[in-house]
Amino acid sequence: MVVIDSIKNGIVIDHITAGLGMKLLEYLDIDTSSDTVAVIMNAVSNKYGRKDVVKIENVTDIDLAALGLIDPKATVNYIVDHVISQKINLTVPERVVNIIKCKNPRCVTSVETNAPQLFSLIDKENREYRCEYCDEIISMKGGYNNEFIHRQWFDR
Amino acid sequence: MLKGRNLLEPMDFTTDELKELFSLADKIIENPEKYSKACNGKLLATLFYEPSTRTRFSFEAAMLRLGGKVIGFSEAHVSSVAKGESISDTIRTVACYADLAVIRHPKEGAAIVAEACTEIPIINAGDGGHHHPTQTLTDLYTIRKERGGFDNMTVGLCGDLKFGRTVHSLIKALSRYKNVSFILISPEELKIPDYVRKEVLIKNNIKFEEVESMQEALPRLDILYMTRVQRERFFNEEDYVRLKDRYILDGAKMKLAKDDMMVLHPLPRVNEISVEVDSDPRALYFKQVKYGMFVRMALIMSLLGVEFQNETQGV
Repeated sequence: MVVIDSIKNGIVIDHITAGLGMKLLEYLDIDTSSDTVAVIMNAVSNKYGRKDVVKIENVTDIDLAALGLIDPKATVNYIVDHVISQKINLTVPERVVNIIKCKNPRCVTSVETNAPQLFSLIDKENREYRCEYCDEIISMKGGYNNEFIHRQWFDR
Repeated sequence: MLKGRNLLEPMDFTTDELKELFSLADKIIENPEKYSKACNGKLLATLFYEPSTRTRFSFEAAMLRLGGKVIGFSEAHVSSVAKGESISDTIRTVACYADLAVIRHPKEGAAIVAEACTEIPIINAGDGGHHHPTQTLTDLYTIRKERGGFDNMTVGLCGDLKFGRTVHSLIKALSRYKNVSFILISPEELKIPDYVRKEVLIKNNIKFEEVESMQEALPRLDILYMTRVQRERFFNEEDYVRLKDRYILDGAKMKLAKDDMMVLHPLPRVNEISVEVDSDPRALYFKQVKYGMFVRMALIMSLLGVEFQNETQGV
């Protein structure tokens, strides 16, 4: 049994699909040099068999739409003074802005780099999104690593 | 009311709005003189980042025939674009001078970028292999004028269905009418994109077939929409050469078609329709060009909101 201290203030992202915890942390762009972060991988879950859990001390401002896009069945618990103050069940977002990048080389966003990347949900079950500029369809189920805009890339 | 609106993709106008637009085009055809000063004092900007003869001339002729004026460029290298200016900056600048702008760009979704940064109406005159809604207005107007309506017909689209933006726009637009079915004739490599198949045809429960043989489809068609295999859409010249002569409509094939089948083509053609077909009364592609100008006149007037004003003034 691995024992990890509970956090006083911050967030706990629970029920993450096993194997996605590190990817999710990478996307959230948490500064692991200063923030206290615990990533629990392959923990036993009554609901899903195995799960990952991420605990982040003193950080509450995270992009829920991005989380919902990566792993909609995860839950986010906000912790205040060791107590869960709010619990959010993530959903598949209807529209995502500047989170994923269109791969179509003919899309205008490949040349007009200041234009926001806009995608609309067209199929919830298959997590399929349509680029609002060129109509390219991408599925966020499975191998989607390449479509993500890395946070640093966007802040340049 | 279309005043101040944009035309970025074929579904931007409702079928009722299209009806209104087409009846204005009818009135212009009946009495062009009446509308010759309708756009007096108005300025149209034509921003063509990609070569075009027909569409640009059609818009310019339309505006000039309405008494308006035109500014613009016809190739990207003669504008600030060659210096690296973004689409949004170009549009913001042009919007300071013009009352509405027409944009053609090789990249898909360019007109959406343009629309997002200005208040003046934007007309998409073709964005890469994506949409060409004013060609769709032309196609619809031709069908309405020559056939009387859009319901109950089998439409064959032939050639480059993958990059043929006029094809995507026409399928989308016709999907709103009753009992329209499609026969999509193309080689495997040039089939319609996924979003048209899934989002338009399957989602709306529209009957369609994807076939490779033109001869097999011809006897069943009410409309045959031919397209050119476009060299400029291929990254690989070899693929273009291999596919360009796949479908050629000639006199012998026309014998397989119904007596009242309409042959449409957005033009320009290369060799996909033999010249011998031009004299066949079913060949309507040059008539389409003329209708295109009148429907663009109606569009310009509607987006500028001058039609009602002039109607009441009895211009």
